[in-house]
Amino acid sequence: MTRNVPTHNIGDYVPMVDGPEKVSGQARYTADFHGPGWLVGGIYRSPFAHAEIVEIDVSEALALPGVKAVVTGDDCDKGFGVLPIARTEHPLARGKVRYKGEPMAAVAAVDEATVQEALRLIKPKVRELPAYFKARDALAEGAVALHEHRPDNIERDAFFELGDVAAGFAEADLVLERDYNCPEVCQAQMETHAAVAEYDAVRDRMTVHASTQVPYYVHLMLAQILDMDMARIRVVKPFVGGGFGCRTEALNVELISALLARKAKATVKTVTTREETFITHRGRPEHDIRMKMGLSRDGRITAVECHCDQRGGAHGGYGIVTILYAGSMLYAIYDLDNVKYVGRRVLTNTPPCGAFRGHGVVDIRFAFESLLDELADGLGLDPLGVRRANYLEAPTFTQNDLMVNSYGLPECVDWVERESGWRERHGVLPPGKGLGFACSHYISGASKPVNWTGEPHATVKVKLDFDGSIVVLSGAAEIGQGSSTIIVQSVAEVLGLDLGRIRVITGDSDVVPKDNGSYSSRVTYMVGNAAIDAANAMKRVLVAAAARLLETEPGDIDCLGEFYQSLTMDKGATFEEVVTEALKDTGTVTVTGNFSTIPESHGGRKYRGAAIGGTMGYSYSAQVVEVSVDEDTGVVTVDKVWVAHDCGKALNRLTVEGQVQGSVWMGMGQAMSEETGYHDGLPLAANMLDYRVPTIFDSPPIEVGIVESDDPHGPFGAKEAGEGSLPAFLPALTNAIEAATGVRFNDLPVTPDRVLAGIEKRRKQEARAAKRGEVA
Amino acid sequence: MAHLLTLTLNGRKRIEAIEDNLLLLDLVRETSGLTGTKTGCDGGECGACTVLVDGTPVLSCLTLAATVDGKTVETVEGLGEGAALSALQRGFHEKLGSQCGYCTPGFLMASTGLLRRNPRPSEAEIKEALGSNICRCTGYVKIIEAVKYASDLIEGGVPA
Repeated sequence: MTRNVPTHNIGDYVPMVDGPEKVSGQARYTADFHGPGWLVGGIYRSPFAHAEIVEIDVSEALALPGVKAVVTGDDCDKGFGVLPIARTEHPLARGKVRYKGEPMAAVAAVDEATVQEALRLIKPKVRELPAYFKARDALAEGAVALHEHRPDNIERDAFFELGDVAAGFAEADLVLERDYNCPEVCQAQMETHAAVAEYDAVRDRMTVHASTQVPYYVHLMLAQILDMDMARIRVVKPFVGGGFGCRTEALNVELISALLARKAKATVKTVTTREETFITHRGRPEHDIRMKMGLSRDGRITAVECHCDQRGGAHGGYGIVTILYAGSMLYAIYDLDNVKYVGRRVLTNTPPCGAFRGHGVVDIRFAFESLLDELADGLGLDPLGVRRANYLEAPTFTQNDLMVNSYGLPECVDWVERESGWRERHGVLPPGKGLGFACSHYISGASKPVNWTGEPHATVKVKLDFDGSIVVLSGAAEIGQGSSTIIVQSVAEVLGLDLGRIRVITGDSDVVPKDNGSYSSRVTYMVGNAAIDAANAMKRVLVAAAARLLETEPGDIDCLGEFYQSLTMDKGATFEEVVTEALKDTGTVTVTGNFSTIPESHGGRKYRGAAIGGTMGYSYSAQVVEVSVDEDTGVVTVDKVWVAHDCGKALNRLTVEGQVQGSVWMGMGQAMSEETGYHDGLPLAANMLDYRVPTIFDSPPIEVGIVESDDPHGPFGAKEAGEGSLPAFLPALTNAIEAATGVRFNDLPVTPDRVLAGIEKRRKQEARAAKRGEVA
Repeated sequence: MAHLLTLTLNGRKRIEAIEDNLLLLDLVRETSGLTGTKTGCDGGECGACTVLVDGTPVLSCLTLAATVDGKTVETVEGLGEGAALSALQRGFHEKLGSQCGYCTPGFLMASTGLLRRNPRPSEAEIKEALGSNICRCTGYVKIIEAVKYASDLIEGGVPA
């Protein structure tokens, strides 16, 4: 008999299990579903930035032949929103519209042309109100409130002061204070939003296919909006063309489609245009940050004071969480003793922001690492040495009670220092060339979910049947990040089986266990742990069956994957024989695996909102960016990036590399070219040309170093890999430009015109200084 | 006005009655049901809809279906031999040139056009050929690796 050796895949380069579908055109995304008799949905969007709705006349649209249903805010008085404490948005505006492009009405008709004609026939009557497109205008004395329950247009103010900040500044050898501006950016994921809502009028059931990262939240919000029993709703998440956080909450597109479908008693498919996808937004808010920091000559950070205003857009969304993250995540990367944070999440008449990759931490990290670089420069210290002087020592709790279990930042810094030749090259490159350095971190899933139900954080089912196939059922939303592959790998590793024996089914609420969704980099950590737990439960069933078969005790059985061996006797059983035995009494075997975070990781109570930022495992990243700056054109070229990421353990080196490269590159877009921009509330860049994501020409080689700190609680020691390397790119870039030109850029994006203006200013200063020198 | 369009689509001859203003993208996706070709923007911005017309990559969202009369059109579904993957499909799968997969059909068709006329492209030539395709997941690093890997496979005898 051939004795198979145990197979192991963890730590290998494993191509994605759903890759063949993607490269063959067989992968079906929501817009790829077609059916006979389906209606087309379309949304009438507000031309007003801020107005009271007097009435919306839809009579002509409704009378148009081919129109099957029209809905307005009158059809749904229920609010929605991702946070149970902020469900104040309506799928279709009621009473007021608050941004240009907000849905006011929607049409379902037999074809696209009829939809477009019907939308032209909708006539709103409104009383316009003053509109505010900048946080400072919405905050001004006497500004009209966007929402009655937020009279100051502040969705949430956040504050804490820990330690003795004044004493910390007094201790410092150098204190600097700077202003930073990071404009609003958008995910611009490749797949525009789409929903297919299928209403079964006979059984009163609703099935919705949606391009979402959070099928469970969509399920909850559909029930709320439709005022329908959750058991009558089914949510299917097909292939999804990227998310990056724009789909981490139910969107109006899927809710409106469902309202239309029920009213028309039909199936309605709505696919938003690229422009509408930008307007649906949920990107990163504009940040205005004032950062003050003190540094001592030995490199210690003595105090930090941070003021942060976020322009959140017209609705709450994730806003409360975002403004709290920005404060709490000042911690957990360096050892800080004296920190003050003042944050304001502001409501404005712009599309609502959301939880863009690196949620809450990116712009703050840009300010922090920029200022730290400037302070190091001011004291003549090495930027890497300054980080080294402030390392944490894991395991530890930060001053704001965040639990840090593993900490690979020192190895990350060492790796980029070595690989980039930092010591030999920093500060000695020719004019116009420079190296910049920065660090960042991120959570591996929020320890407290936004929807606290008392259930485990993740649940996975594993099914074994007569054919010896293992089917893993998971609600984890595969959106291209590779979650399905990680789940299959984890189960295969525990059972010692070949990946090919295992299939994974995700994304259908009728079949798979509930999962909170793909956001906050929670899936590998939480669902990975649940998958391991389920696989271990299956292994126990199989080992017990093998023991019965071999007439021995379970403790005598060694699971070798395809073979179960007695440790004391020279006999064993094949996997197939063990499966047959295992099914004898029970039939098909289904086991459950769970994962829950430990209470110590839930964050502290030292200030209001302190729980935000708590996680079981922080990832760490260090980056060196090399740039060339053309001083005549202002064009900055990123020649190369070295990035080291502490992901605890790389379960799949291929996807870790891909995630880290994608993060760095997305940070590059924000740092160098991306910005939404509005004119009187009208988006200036709601297309893929004006919203300038880097092309293949602009994109540098990105060398990835994987640091494995072996997290004590992570699945096989793993932590997140998909977000933590994004934030460090921004300050590493501007630090590199400073090294190349002597000019520091604190406003993003660093476009050629900004660079030219900065260089021009420097030249004038140099000329004046030279002149003064001559006079003297 | 409608008229009859004759074309060869993924190796099969087809005759379709089409409106004059029908886009090639809609012909492929709606009329022929080949939904592998994607729509990613409002027209000519992202490259997700790239197909080959007589072997040349074109943006199907900016091409009237009527203009491909008598021509050969290839989409992602036409790549590979039967269920076997082409060298480029293998490259994008095995080297992770594809993450969410939405831009992948466009990249595959643009790359296929490149490797058929230039099986050993330099990195600069790869960038030139893929410069109008946007990917939001990979940072392009592994896309370039995928195309180079495919080029090596082709040299070893695997079809493009």
